[in-house]
Amino acid sequence: MADQTLDAKGLNCPLPILKAKKALKGMQAGQVLEVLSTDPGSVADFAAFCNQTGNELLKSETAGDVYTFEIKKT
Amino acid sequence: MLDSSDNTKKMSIIVTKGTLDWAYPPFILGTTAAAMDVEVTMFFTFYGLQLLKKDLDLKISTLGNPAMEMPMMGMHMKMPNIVSAIPGVDRMATTMMKNLIKKKGVASIPDLREAAIESDIKMVACQMTLDLFELEQKDLIDGITLGGAATYMEGALESDINLYI
Repeated sequence: MADQTLDAKGLNCPLPILKAKKALKGMQAGQVLEVLSTDPGSVADFAAFCNQTGNELLKSETAGDVYTFEIKKT
Repeated sequence: MLDSSDNTKKMSIIVTKGTLDWAYPPFILGTTAAAMDVEVTMFFTFYGLQLLKKDLDLKISTLGNPAMEMPMMGMHMKMPNIVSAIPGVDRMATTMMKNLIKKKGVASIPDLREAAIESDIKMVACQMTLDLFELEQKDLIDGITLGGAATYMEGALESDINLYI
């Protein structure tokens, strides 16, 4: 279960990443941020973001037009 | 995660263009790099200085962008260089672009600039350009460093990525 949810639906690159980064800043290590997005580019972008920042991408799922990510802050 | 300054990746961007469309690449890459824990320096020179002005009034120019097409009523309207000679075309293209930006959920340049400031991107204004175009630091937003080519070089030499836009 996520500790916080960020609704980034309707936003385009780079806003989902910038908003996720901002949300993660205010969270504790070990907490999970759920991000909802409609930007198809965000699938590759969140993988790259987590890879680079060391945060753990627990989930990357597609349901219809909505992409759901779960990021665990390290 | 900024563990130690030695391991921190660095990027520099030279920003030379001041139209609405060309304002996007440097601000998008700069803010995204900062979000990925990269230490970013943006060096604004020549027309790029427009992006640091307190009063942002950015416009599109159809001149010099020969591949420009604007989506319109399900079609794409070509905007070859020659149309820029028609009075009002650049204003129309600017309005169209601003409407598209809103409609497609794309960040505005003022928002991206704000994000750049919030994420501690180091922004340097070229002193020579200020002198050349008779601009003063008070015309620019707060928190801008003034510097020249040597200032840029110092940062660029220790950067992992250096871009010229």
